Amino acid sequence: MSLLSVRGLRKSYGALKVTDDLDLEVTEGELHAIIGPNGAGKSTLIAQLSGQAGSDAGSVLFAGAQMMGKPMPARVRAGMSRSFQITSILPGFSVLENVSTAVQARAGSSFRFFAPVARDADLNEQAIAALAQVGLSDRAQTRAGSLSHGEKRALELAIALATQPRLLLLDEPLAGTSGAEAERLVQVMAGLKGQVTLVLIEHDMDAVFALADRVSVLVYGRIIATGMPAEIRADPAVRAAYLGDA
Amino acid sequence: MTRWLMRRRVAAWLIFGGFAALPLIAAMTGDPYLVVVATRILAFAMAALALDLILGYGGMVSFGHAAYLGIGAYAVAILSRAGITDLGAHLGAAVVAGSAFALVTGAISLRTRGIYFIMITLAFAQMAYFFFVSLSAYGGDDGVTLAARSTVLGQDWLADDRVLYYAALAMLLGLYLLCVAITGSRFGRVLTGARENPLRMQAVGFTPFRFQLTAFVISGAMTAIAGVILANQASYVSPAYMNWHRSGELVVMVVLGGIGNLLGAIAGATLALLLEEWLALFTEHWRLIFGALLILVVLFSRDGLTGLFRGRAK
Ligand SMILES: Nc1ncnc2c1ncn2[C@@H]1O[C@H](COP(=O)(O)OP(=O)(O)OP(=O)(O)O)[C@@H](O)[C@H]1O
Ligand SMILES: [Mg+2]
Repeated sequence: MSLLSVRGLRKSYGALKVTDDLDLEVTEGELHAIIGPNGAGKSTLIAQLSGQAGSDAGSVLFAGAQMMGKPMPARVRAGMSRSFQITSILPGFSVLENVSTAVQARAGSSFRFFAPVARDADLNEQAIAALAQVGLSDRAQTRAGSLSHGEKRALELAIALATQPRLLLLDEPLAGTSGAEAERLVQVMAGLKGQVTLVLIEHDMDAVFALADRVSVLVYGRIIATGMPAEIRADPAVRAAYLGDA
Repeated sequence: MTRWLMRRRVAAWLIFGGFAALPLIAAMTGDPYLVVVATRILAFAMAALALDLILGYGGMVSFGHAAYLGIGAYAVAILSRAGITDLGAHLGAAVVAGSAFALVTGAISLRTRGIYFIMITLAFAQMAYFFFVSLSAYGGDDGVTLAARSTVLGQDWLADDRVLYYAALAMLLGLYLLCVAITGSRFGRVLTGARENPLRMQAVGFTPFRFQLTAFVISGAMTAIAGVILANQASYVSPAYMNWHRSGELVVMVVLGGIGNLLGAIAGATLALLLEEWLALFTEHWRLIFGALLILVVLFSRDGLTGLFRGRAK
């Protein structure tokens, strides 16, 4: 069963075809990795899928519903969450507030003007659970802007999880993290497998081949191959285009 | 964080306690003019408070907030001439008219960001200004003198300067408590989050526009209430209330006091108007000194006056 079904997706920046007639099927429950060289159009694809960027043509079916033309907040409410390649958090908020804000978005009742949100147990309990999932429990009261880079990456994952997505689009969650931090994030993602469908963009090949159920290779805006990690590793076209080694 | 909230509570008691005691001090020193000046201060404090809600918390730098002062003031003038003198009616009309103007202009202004938002709010305020300038039935440029102050239960209690003063103080306190509640609520969190990082807020499922527009309307309505007080204090209404200088002064008050903590706006309005009064006694070039003071405050304390008292944040 496809949870996400992308057909004929296109986007150009001027003469540059960044997404070029792209097809992609993501099965419910799988962790689907997308790899590709720098500038292949991976982040642009995530932007198009999440509704952050528009598309010139194509169809994006999510759980059977057409997402084309819907703005980002509507797609999130439909169950599609994302993380950003360049960390995007609320730096002036505490770690807990960052996550409980995401819970609040899901809870749906934000036109409440009087009850103090800081003592909103419904929101905080779920937020604390999401923080525990990524190992940030002891940082809950820290100002998010003063976290280390690796902790910020973990926080961003917790924020995305707190929206309770069916599909999680992760754009290079390991970017810029140290060995130990990366290892912890890989473990978190491994723990998410089965609970939520994941599309993972990642340059760290060890992580990709350890985590992925299937891998798609994106080059110049096109998927040139999709398959099991072992198949992809062995594919000569992939090796030539991307993995680069002979 | 909680320590900061404690300090804010203490500061609020000091500020409102000071205002409450002021007429007694005025009576002792025998200077009735003090209460008149202080009423003006309270009106501007309300407007600055309203501006801080959207500027400090929402990141929306409105450069046209004087328009709402004018709208509130003209609500008094227009209804009074029609024979409706009740304060409740004046406040109601001011709130409705201020909200409507904010809803329409906010919905358009919020399509833009940064300097464009500043310019477009200024342009709308100028349109309101010139509308009232051309309103010859109400004196055009010269404005109109009110026959009397607003009435309460048909009585002219507000004719007494001290009663008007305490009525204004009660309103300021009410609006302050309202803003404290709003900024600490679920709604307030979305408003602040949209200032911090609008993309992040959209990426968890919020549409910032709806929250920003709602805050803009609340702020416009609050500022219109300030206009009602201002009209009563001066017993006179003219388009000068809506002058763009005045919009700039409101921004200065908020920055001077420290943005994004509500009490700063009240303190900033108080200090700005006191300085205006006292410096003007010594020299006609008081604006020069005022400008220098503003530069010093902004240079040495990014949080304005409140920064001087706050100590380490959080
Ligand atoms: N807003 C934009 N305007 C113009 N060109 C853009 C824009 N965004 C991306 N591009 C171009 O589109 C191409 C794909 O960019 P994208 O960021 O999607 O690549 P990527 O696969 O995520 O790369 P990386 O691995 O470096 O993150 C690049 O050539 C980039 O310069
Ligand atoms: Mg990228």
